[in-house]
Amino acid sequence: MELYKGALNVESIVAKWYKEISTLNYGAFITFVGTVRSEDNIEALSFDIYEPILKRWFDSWQDRAKKEGAIVKMAHSIGDVKVHESSYIAAVISPKRKTALKLINEFVEDFKANAPIWKYDVINGQRVYAKNRSTPMDGAGLLSEVEND
Amino acid sequence: MVIVEFLGPINKEPIELDVKSLKELADVLKQDESLKDWLKNSAIAVNDEIVNDIDLKLNDGDKISILPPVCGG
Repeated sequence: MELYKGALNVESIVAKWYKEISTLNYGAFITFVGTVRSEDNIEALSFDIYEPILKRWFDSWQDRAKKEGAIVKMAHSIGDVKVHESSYIAAVISPKRKTALKLINEFVEDFKANAPIWKYDVINGQRVYAKNRSTPMDGAGLLSEVEND
Repeated sequence: MVIVEFLGPINKEPIELDVKSLKELADVLKQDESLKDWLKNSAIAVNDEIVNDIDLKLNDGDKISILPPVCGG
């Protein structure tokens, strides 16, 4: 897991990962590269990350991938990332394609739902929490449920 | 005492509280009107582990994190 201040250098990160695994006899290397789109007049997206829990989330995914003989990798930005730059790369490396194709989907979807990262639109230099695009994590609402006891 | 951290967009400084369980913590935090909407959709971690048991006891020095809805990528 790699965290970078600002936009990701996609070419160098993916090339580095490829070099690490290219001679290890894995038949499949699938990457997902997320790029900031121009919409709603945003200048950039901005990200806050809570690293201790992100690390645990990623480590549990590495264990899960290992059981299927696969490896997962991810890189993410902290702070501002301008339109048409990359903020997120995920990869799955496995002996055969079917495992990698299945895991890349599960890995990216679970990332969206449970990785402790908060996104803001940057408009006129101001950060605005992307509330409508955000998802409550598994187990959310624990402290307000007491009310209904 | 336990320390409570409010992550991401909640934008609130950490606080120290004398509470012995998550239930007691919930009772204290619910009195803060500005937290009401956040608590409804925030996950809770104790010492960086997500928890799901409201009856969990808290120990002196525990760190509790309040994690609002996420959107990585």
